[in-house]
Amino acid sequence: MALQAIAFYLMAAVTVAAGFCVVSARNPVHSVLWLILSFFSAAGLFVLMGAEFIAMLLVVVYVGAVAVLFLFVVMMLDVDFAALRQGFARYMPLGLLIAVFLAAEMVLVSATVAGSGAAKDNENPMASGAGSALSNAEAIGRVLYTDYIYFFQAAGLVLLVAMIGAIVLTLRHKPGVRRQVIMDQVLRTPKTGMRITNLKPGEGIGE
Amino acid sequence: MAEFWSSPIGWTIITVAHILAVTVVLLLTIAFIIYGDRKIFAGVQARKGPNVVGPFGLLQSFADLGKFLVKELVIPAGADKAVYLLAPLISVTLALGAWAVMPIAPGWAVSDINVGILYLFAVSSMGVYGIIMGGWASNSKYPFLGSLRSAAQMVSYEVSIGFVIITVILLAGTMNLNEITRAQEGGFWHWFMFGGGPDWHVNWPLVLIMFPMGVIFFISGLAETNRPPFDLPEAESELVAGYAVEYGSTPYMLFYLAETANIVLMSGLMAVLFLGGWNAPWPTPYLAAWPAWLVGLHGLFFYAAKTFFVFFMNAMVRSIVPRYRYDQLMRLGWKVFLPTSLVAVAVVAGWRVYTGLPG
Repeated sequence: MALQAIAFYLMAAVTVAAGFCVVSARNPVHSVLWLILSFFSAAGLFVLMGAEFIAMLLVVVYVGAVAVLFLFVVMMLDVDFAALRQGFARYMPLGLLIAVFLAAEMVLVSATVAGSGAAKDNENPMASGAGSALSNAEAIGRVLYTDYIYFFQAAGLVLLVAMIGAIVLTLRHKPGVRRQVIMDQVLRTPKTGMRITNLKPGEGIGE
Repeated sequence: MAEFWSSPIGWTIITVAHILAVTVVLLLTIAFIIYGDRKIFAGVQARKGPNVVGPFGLLQSFADLGKFLVKELVIPAGADKAVYLLAPLISVTLALGAWAVMPIAPGWAVSDINVGILYLFAVSSMGVYGIIMGGWASNSKYPFLGSLRSAAQMVSYEVSIGFVIITVILLAGTMNLNEITRAQEGGFWHWFMFGGGPDWHVNWPLVLIMFPMGVIFFISGLAETNRPPFDLPEAESELVAGYAVEYGSTPYMLFYLAETANIVLMSGLMAVLFLGGWNAPWPTPYLAAWPAWLVGLHGLFFYAAKTFFVFFMNAMVRSIVPRYRYDQLMRLGWKVFLPTSLVAVAVVAGWRVYTGLPG
């Protein structure tokens, strides 16, 4: 168990330190990179808890997709560092207030969970180590598609709405743009693609 | 002695030894894979290819290695030094780390985890960071454009790869790569390429779905590893060398190494998911009488043979097919592969429910 303890403290320290660097880094791109590191070590913590499925999903979804888009956007932006720093003193109290609230909520939640357990009705849903016949993914699948099917579907609908909203907001049809129609190109035959005419010398093709 | 090996220290030593063995063999394989790639490329163009260093030029990759190592490392003045040097390291770490779960022979994976395939998917989706960071940290136009292209391309093709993997998971009923391989035991008609699995006599009509899925996986793998005809990120006629323009010496070699390791990984994954991994293409009841190490070698032989076969196809595509245009590449990924694989997932899932077999 000594190995697990070492791994836990190592990854927990990296998570917290990386999280601190996200806010303290001067360059926004570095911030995003620190954020990725913190996601990654959080995934490591999930593995230690025996929740390897969630850990992998965290890496696939957050590190592999969401953070890539973050990085994209931040790299493309031409950020003026001086302007970013200007309002720091003014927004400091508000930021601190929000931080205090968040911290209080987290302490409350973790105290409750430590007292009673997060999911009491399902016995040990995340454990897939020794002694448990169910693998992680199976355990999640069993409750997700039965007990929580409505929540699952509702979450899917919310995502769908968000996706359609994003498309509607950004879709623009410019008039007069010629688009490539792949179907027409594929269906083109010598008959439709060319015309054979007899030319008399000195005359062009009359259109 | 057995007690010592199960103690934390012994366990650590054994695991490190496994990792070293896999890495060394992998690096040697990559050296010869690069050589083979160049030979195939040359053969298609009626050239001789590398033939000077060593017999038949076999040691060419090692000569190249020495050349890269002794060159001077030049860091561009405007570069973000830390990120610039970190990018190739991340690339190569991820590319080698992915091999931790690869079942190269019965029981020969370094780490036999339950979510092996998700792990591979996660690691390969992180591979894009090396390229983005390298392109950005170079502080130069061509690398930046190359890395943007690469990121968009890899994110797009990952989606269809994910769906193709789901069809295989549905058939195998597990995400453990060893179990997936074991489900394809007993002859090539059990391979998932042909519908297959343990219930092949029920699932054989799925060949109509799974064979195209195999092809989609192969093509998406080409795009995911930035191989020609999808090598837009390093299209030399447009972007000089894409994200690697400002790199030289050892960092460039690391990028190159990571790229090749990823190609071999994709070939190996194709072999595991669709071609039965370490299973022979015929029923193997005779293996029960063999000692364990011989069974391992038997498996390793077939795994390697399939991986090299897929790699050979990969190299042939590289030398034969002309490069795609970028908008066509995106169209292929989003408008052709994504809907096709999505429909395939629905059909395979429906088929599994309809036939009602467990697993």
